[in-house]
Amino acid sequence: MACFLVSTAEAIAVTVAAKVMEKKEAKLALEGKKPEAEGKAPFSRKLKWLRNMLWGGSALLAFEHVWHGEVVPWFPFLTAAADPQEAMVMLQEIATVGVAMAGLVTLAWLGMVGVSALIEKRAKKEDAAEAVK
Amino acid sequence: MTLLVAVFAAIIATVVWYKKAPRDEMKTGFLALMYWGASLMWTVDAVFEYVSDPEGYFSPAPVDMLNDLFLGVSVVALGLIIWLVVLLIRDPKGIVKQALLKKN
Repeated sequence: MACFLVSTAEAIAVTVAAKVMEKKEAKLALEGKKPEAEGKAPFSRKLKWLRNMLWGGSALLAFEHVWHGEVVPWFPFLTAAADPQEAMVMLQEIATVGVAMAGLVTLAWLGMVGVSALIEKRAKKEDAAEAVK
Repeated sequence: MTLLVAVFAAIIATVVWYKKAPRDEMKTGFLALMYWGASLMWTVDAVFEYVSDPEGYFSPAPVDMLNDLFLGVSVVALGLIIWLVVLLIRDPKGIVKQALLKKN
């Protein structure tokens, strides 16, 4: 009914966080502390992975809701919001399906960040071993 | 069916991205992440649907399947349109800029 709203809200928060992080990293780069120099991908880049998944997923799911007539271009935009009983069902769906969707995407992103950290660690070890040779 | 179509689109986009990585001039990484995000969300939707009606989930009516397939293909098309708009706005190769500033 409106489950994509949770992911959309998270997408907005992550977009802001990525922008703030990017500015911080740019400041650090001016001081000569580039994360790439330490063999690490900047955290803002990793946040952008989550941002793209959340925005993309939300947009495509919103389209699905338009397809099913659950989202309309006039007030109150969500057809379920016009009827108090249906509104309750919608809120329940947002609290269950919506939160689970945002949670799974975030969990997948955490997995990606974990794997990328392992790859960075392995690359650092390989570089150190080559330097010894 | 919509989930399946989205997953296949995500896999194809990821393979295309991997073939060109680490260069990502065509922003296929963005396209892949967008489809993966949608696929994960529809997976949750599918789980909730299965829990509410385990028997009906694997035996949908042909009309519903056709509608879902049509929706899936439309979703892929919309994803491609979003990707194309982002690609042309970001213009990583500077082609749009060159075309705009071209002096005849």
